[in-house]
Amino acid sequence: MAKTLPKTDAVVVGVGWAGGIIAAELGKQGIKVVGLERGKERGVKDFYVVHDELRYGIRYELMQDLSKETITFRNQGKERALPMRQLGSFLLGEGLGGSGVHWNGHTYRFLPYDFEIKSQTVKKYGEAKIKGLQVQDWGITYDELEPYFYEFEKAAGIGGEEGELGPKRANPFPNPPMKETPITARFKEAAKSLGMKPYHMPSGNMSQAYENQYGAKLAPCQYCAFCERFGCEYGAKADPTVAVIPFAKETGNVDIRNFANVTEIIHDGKKATGVRYVDVQTKEEFIQPAEMVILTSYVMNNTRLLLASKLGRPYNPDTGTGVIGKNYCYQILPGSAGFFDEEQFNTFMGAGALGATVDDYNGDNFDHSDLDFIHGGSISINQSGYRPIQYNMVPTDTPKWGSKFKENSIKYFTRALSIGTQGASMPVQHNYMDLDPSYKDAYGLPLLRLTYDFTEQDKNLYNYIGKISDSIMKEMGPAKINDRQQLEHYDIVPYQTTHNTGGVIMGAEPETSAVNNYMQMWEAENVFVIGASAFPHNGGYNPTGTVGALAYRAAEGIIKYSKEGGLLA
Amino acid sequence: MSEHEQKQESTMSRRRFIRNSGLVAGGLVGGGILGGLIGANMNKDDAANDNGGHGNGHDQVAFQQSPLYFTNPEIFGILQAAVERIYPKDENGPGANDLDVPFFIDRQLAGSWGNNTREYMQGPFFPGSNFQGYQSPLKRHEVFDVGLAALQTYSNDKHKKPFAELEGEQQDEILTAFEEDKVKLRGVTSRTFFNILRAAAIEGVYADPAYAGNKNMEGWKMKDFPGHQMSYINQIESKKFVEIKPNSLHSYTS
Repeated sequence: MAKTLPKTDAVVVGVGWAGGIIAAELGKQGIKVVGLERGKERGVKDFYVVHDELRYGIRYELMQDLSKETITFRNQGKERALPMRQLGSFLLGEGLGGSGVHWNGHTYRFLPYDFEIKSQTVKKYGEAKIKGLQVQDWGITYDELEPYFYEFEKAAGIGGEEGELGPKRANPFPNPPMKETPITARFKEAAKSLGMKPYHMPSGNMSQAYENQYGAKLAPCQYCAFCERFGCEYGAKADPTVAVIPFAKETGNVDIRNFANVTEIIHDGKKATGVRYVDVQTKEEFIQPAEMVILTSYVMNNTRLLLASKLGRPYNPDTGTGVIGKNYCYQILPGSAGFFDEEQFNTFMGAGALGATVDDYNGDNFDHSDLDFIHGGSISINQSGYRPIQYNMVPTDTPKWGSKFKENSIKYFTRALSIGTQGASMPVQHNYMDLDPSYKDAYGLPLLRLTYDFTEQDKNLYNYIGKISDSIMKEMGPAKINDRQQLEHYDIVPYQTTHNTGGVIMGAEPETSAVNNYMQMWEAENVFVIGASAFPHNGGYNPTGTVGALAYRAAEGIIKYSKEGGLLA
Repeated sequence: MSEHEQKQESTMSRRRFIRNSGLVAGGLVGGGILGGLIGANMNKDDAANDNGGHGNGHDQVAFQQSPLYFTNPEIFGILQAAVERIYPKDENGPGANDLDVPFFIDRQLAGSWGNNTREYMQGPFFPGSNFQGYQSPLKRHEVFDVGLAALQTYSNDKHKKPFAELEGEQQDEILTAFEEDKVKLRGVTSRTFFNILRAAAIEGVYADPAYAGNKNMEGWKMKDFPGHQMSYINQIESKKFVEIKPNSLHSYTS
């Protein structure tokens, strides 16, 4: 029998970036917030002994415990979905701060084109250009979102320089860019000589000591190279446990409960009345009544909770109707590995978001009239620091083990560089999420089922952008460049990216979207669903900057709703 | 004894251990308890002559060179032979055995990783497509049990000799057959076993020495990787390659 707790104004499910921002902004306004976080409390003090590649980088200590909860996966609807038993393709977070603790800090703003992708593409190229793609406009423009982007960049202390082809900014970055290194300089020179316009990657690793709007003091990044997959022992990374959660707690209005795993949104079909959760340590069950329910528990869990709670219209892949689970997207990642036989680089030094980028082949910055795909991607070099277990880059013809492998993996550890692309991913009718009919989590809830495969659009984008990436690498002067593998079926095993999107998408019309541009559910006005789950497609950049902007937009809407009620858009 | 001589001595004694494991495996000494005792004695002898490389003092015993998972020297000998082929000693530096990789793997199998404690192990189990990942009901330590035993059986069937006694090329052929999924195992594919074995061997070469492999940080030294360093802020802009003496997690407490 679940114990019913005293009612609160707002209950927030998942306390990472989005949940932390909502808690801070609502708490500041005197709104009482209960934050429910399934993982443990953690902060800078817990990362004193963090430079341990095996523990964090390979065994994934900061990531989700899959023995409790995972997803199931299949490429196509006619297959049987099977559980993702081990982490691989993407690394789900767990614990206070969520993935914001272990991210790298690449912080871009999606392009104006992204928010109006359907109308702009059709206007310029005609309706045929989007045939087979389930693209739609986001129900908000870049100009409308611009101030919210800046609010997030201030909270996260982003350091950078404006790119010529990127979105226009009303204010400069809160911090200067990170340091230039021989590796970033080499990339920029090569890109410039090809007529492209490189700039320093916008970074959530502090380029100098910084204090944000919440009074959080962040330290300068030490370039120690243990960033992605690790927590920062310096408090030098934009991390919600450093940047926003302490302030939220200081308001006196925010009660964050750890080890609280939400299993159900309680509702009457029109409004939610609270959530049910289980204390994962004691196994006790609680009901937390609330005026407003705010989901900030990542793409997968936001979608699963709504489906399991039967809130909102489930997506139907046969008809393309319904919305919850719709438009799951990933990323397309062509890259180039170059081998420099005569030069040695300090590849083991770095910072998560130390790098340089070009936008010349992103969005609609280049003409697609004669191309068989839309959108593109940002192409970057990223000096986040090689680690010896994970980084064994070798020329293609090297065996996978034995003496030759040993020789090449040793030689090229400091002599190989790679260029990567964050390629946009377009939604199609048959890529989606629903509930698995047979597999359950540790609490008896059905697992989320992911049905996903790469499409012709993806393959065409991959091949085209891959050649551009090769041209930059070639210009950087390596002795050889690896052949790129063909993009075929999506494989859940090798790590690719944790930039999953969709499932609870935003838009201007209730018929085709789940939430409006305040992240408010069309069908349940006191439920807000925030995160990359709101992206109708995935753009050509890392998503966190855009997630942050949407969180600030949602915070404004929630505050407004708490006073006035009703649908906000 | 100079440091160089000490190192040679230690390498020699470990070779003796490996050779003797081979003898045990070959049945020349006899199996069962007798073989186990001889293996254990060799190990003790080896440790006593060795400063271990895991500390910086004198007369330290390398307590980490103690099996916690494997209890059968014949099986441990197969593991030693297999990882040495994956990461061999050669002109580039020490191989898996000199780096204590088998002891690293042994400890990993005894712990959380070997028991898949943070992974989804609920049934039902189905083979799955090539894109759906690990679907075996076996835990990793069981995969090693099955896989190492199969290496021995395959070797005995094909060459009438235990795996550890074969020539390197013959061992490579067998490992390749496993890698190419040409061997039928119970509960897991031979390719999956091989891939886990390979990954674990590389981890043992390069993980922090706290985990019992990467002896003396020699794995890192081969790659010019300086391990755990607090800061590169003063070197990150350097146009020249910077050589830095490696440092391990041990420095947090020393």
